[in-house]
Amino acid sequence: MRPFKFSTTADSNEVSKILIANPHARLLGGGTNLLDLMKEDVERPTELVEVGNIDVMKIVSPASATGSIVIPAVEKNARTANDPAIRENFPMLSQAILSGASAQIRNMATNGGNLNQRTRCTYFYDVAMPCNKREPGSGCGAMKGLNRMHAIFGWSDKCVAVHPSDMCVALAALDAVVKVQGANGKQRSIPFTAYHRLPGDQPQKDNTLQPGELITAIEIPKNNFAENSYYLKVRDRASYAFALISVAAAMELKNNKIVRVSIAMGGVAHKPWRASVAEKYLLHKEATEANFKIAAANEMKLAKPLEHNLYKVELGRKALVRALMQAANGGKTI
Amino acid sequence: MTDQKQAADFNEDEKQIIEDMITGDPEDMTIFGVSRRQFLKQLAVITGGFAAAQYIGPDELFAAPSVLVPGTIPINSIENGVNASFNVNGSPVALEVDSRMTLLDSLREKLQLTGTKKGCDHGQCGACTVIIDGNRVLSCLTLTACCQGKNVTTIEGLAKNNQLHPMQTAFIKHDGFQCGYCTPGQICSALALMDEAKKGEASYLTENIREKSLSVQLSDDEIRERMSGNICRCGAYPNIIAAIKEVHSGKEVAQNWQFA
Repeated sequence: MRPFKFSTTADSNEVSKILIANPHARLLGGGTNLLDLMKEDVERPTELVEVGNIDVMKIVSPASATGSIVIPAVEKNARTANDPAIRENFPMLSQAILSGASAQIRNMATNGGNLNQRTRCTYFYDVAMPCNKREPGSGCGAMKGLNRMHAIFGWSDKCVAVHPSDMCVALAALDAVVKVQGANGKQRSIPFTAYHRLPGDQPQKDNTLQPGELITAIEIPKNNFAENSYYLKVRDRASYAFALISVAAAMELKNNKIVRVSIAMGGVAHKPWRASVAEKYLLHKEATEANFKIAAANEMKLAKPLEHNLYKVELGRKALVRALMQAANGGKTI
Repeated sequence: MTDQKQAADFNEDEKQIIEDMITGDPEDMTIFGVSRRQFLKQLAVITGGFAAAQYIGPDELFAAPSVLVPGTIPINSIENGVNASFNVNGSPVALEVDSRMTLLDSLREKLQLTGTKKGCDHGQCGACTVIIDGNRVLSCLTLTACCQGKNVTTIEGLAKNNQLHPMQTAFIKHDGFQCGYCTPGQICSALALMDEAKKGEASYLTENIREKSLSVQLSDDEIRERMSGNICRCGAYPNIIAAIKEVHSGKEVAQNWQFA
């Protein structure tokens, strides 16, 4: 690991100044991804600012009149997953968080850090390999390499990596809003699906944060999905593995008719992938297996698999159907 | 103490090194990261006299700085040094470490608490699991600098008054290990898991997330899911589960093994 200065600045404006003045400064949350990347020499920060003390990142908001829930950026993933209000109103978010990593890592990882974690593409991790995300212009090792774990939607010839988070897939389906603050305390809100970006020509940019901006909180608007939602994760082993495919499926039913539906997929793209084609098909239809199958097939028609991940198209179709069935069944195993 | 050790103990090269050491520019010279003046001062304390510096034996000369008198290394003597004061197994510790130093390395290398094991050092195996403020975490991905004011519990802190913790006893009874390398992490993890279950915390296998109840009763599958962050290369999983089940249920669980 390379040397770095460690600071515990609490004033968010000072932190923004540090981040602007030094492009090699990084925020340190739980460290579960950043420290690992530093040990691998992928991340080479010259300064780390511990987020635990930063004023605006730990504000616990009182229950809002609109029924939305705001979770602080520095709160730990495990605490958010077990927050009684989250379990009651957004059980799919709890499931998604609890399906990720291990108990130890969830105890360490922060909510803001979860959004900003980097891809686990092995070519990104191996500094001997070309990677446009790690070293722009060096090429993409995965494109013609081992790409079994890689994207089937939205990739570019510069990058085929996928976003590794489970929590973010649920947040995308829940239409969450990312609250950020930049230089001079300037605040803005970013719709969750606009927070992460597709690789395009700049795969080194994972998200739309501007220099000096930090995530202060994530707001989840009220919805009526709690009864009929489910987070399904398919992986190489039963636990403690990244998703091959995951599906966050949520719907609001009236007499088995779908009056609102929201679906997002993980393990398929550079960002949580909203299955808007499937959503559009299902709206105002009956919640039946036949309809779920058509919706899933329509969505997966858009997939562009690589050499080794053709299986993700069929797996994705089946995972969509299964997640929707389980959501329609009150989240219970079918 | 150095009277018996004559200069003749050194070969010609070593004599030259010592000669250079004494006659070199005092401002530039460092010995094992300690300034010449400080080194000699410390040496004086150890050997009882400045003159003895020319007659010290190789053992003293090449000893690690840890034999030097404590308190003589000035604060902030390391580049990017950070101070961290926290409790380990109930005892306060104050360390000045390089900012890169993980809690795992501080425990093992600075505090000589080698019960916590370095497995992968990348947060993938769980061998380094310790409990901080009641939560199980990975010490290999925790900076010492981030431990300021916290309470750290390691495997060494579980036994009380020479009595093993019930989880330790259960691991022995059920033979919950083979090589034993992952065991300290497994036991710390299992212990924290008991607390999580008591508080009614959910897992990915929880059938109804919205239903909150205290004291969750864990099935074998639930224990497997909740312990998935601790890898056992020897594959002692069935016995680890039996040990955890015994402590969790408070009832005796039959051993999976017996002497032939």
